[in-house]
Amino acid sequence: MRLEYFQMIDRVVSLEGDAIVVESRVPQESPVFEGHFPGHPLVPGVLLVETMAQASGWLILGRNGFAQMPFLMSVKEAKFRNFVGPDAPLDVTAKVTHDGSGYTVTEARVSSAGKRIADAEILLRSMPFPHPDLQAAMRANAARIGLPGHAA
Amino acid sequence: MAADTSATFDKVADIIAENSEVSRESITPESHVTEDLGIDSLDFLDIVFAIDKAFGIKVPVEKWTQEVNAGEKPAEHYFVMKNLAARIDELVAAKGA
Repeated sequence: MRLEYFQMIDRVVSLEGDAIVVESRVPQESPVFEGHFPGHPLVPGVLLVETMAQASGWLILGRNGFAQMPFLMSVKEAKFRNFVGPDAPLDVTAKVTHDGSGYTVTEARVSSAGKRIADAEILLRSMPFPHPDLQAAMRANAARIGLPGHAA
Repeated sequence: MAADTSATFDKVADIIAENSEVSRESITPESHVTEDLGIDSLDFLDIVFAIDKAFGIKVPVEKWTQEVNAGEKPAEHYFVMKNLAARIDELVAAKGA
């Protein structure tokens, strides 16, 4: 997990059908923790949302074979149930709950050491890749995290 | 409108009012979803999601948009409320066929 680069996912554990399991480890140090919060470092809730959105995005890319790029459109029922700080291992799951025309809805969840951290309903809109560089970068990232079918 | 399409119109109008800032009273069978009601793309996605769930269908928005962009169908065919209700009824009927 590299918070400053929005690289929220370290590794895909499994991608089967309509569900993905990924894992990540919160870095020991990050400039983010200097502000959030001094003396009490916590991963910001918005970055937990981003983590769930990225897990959902990899699920969609894995399912559509990189035909289109998913973009975050809405987040509903986001809940932050426990604090999570430096060096915490994160398990993230996302499951498709509705496959619409041009959009996908997922239920995503973050947990750490068996404890619920956050969950949300996430809606992503899929669109043609706006630039080939983005598609290439996403494929490279897929190889980095071991998305099935895109291993390095 | 036929009786069942009228019921579909009411249901869709309720969904639009619940998922946007459009008031229920301002939605008529002649309203164009984007041009008259001013629904933006995010609200429209939420509305389509709610319609999909309420009717147990998958509104083929991508296909409709392609047909409109290709000049094969006028936008009104899909996006004027009374026609949208009729298209939804067709999708529901096709699902049950």
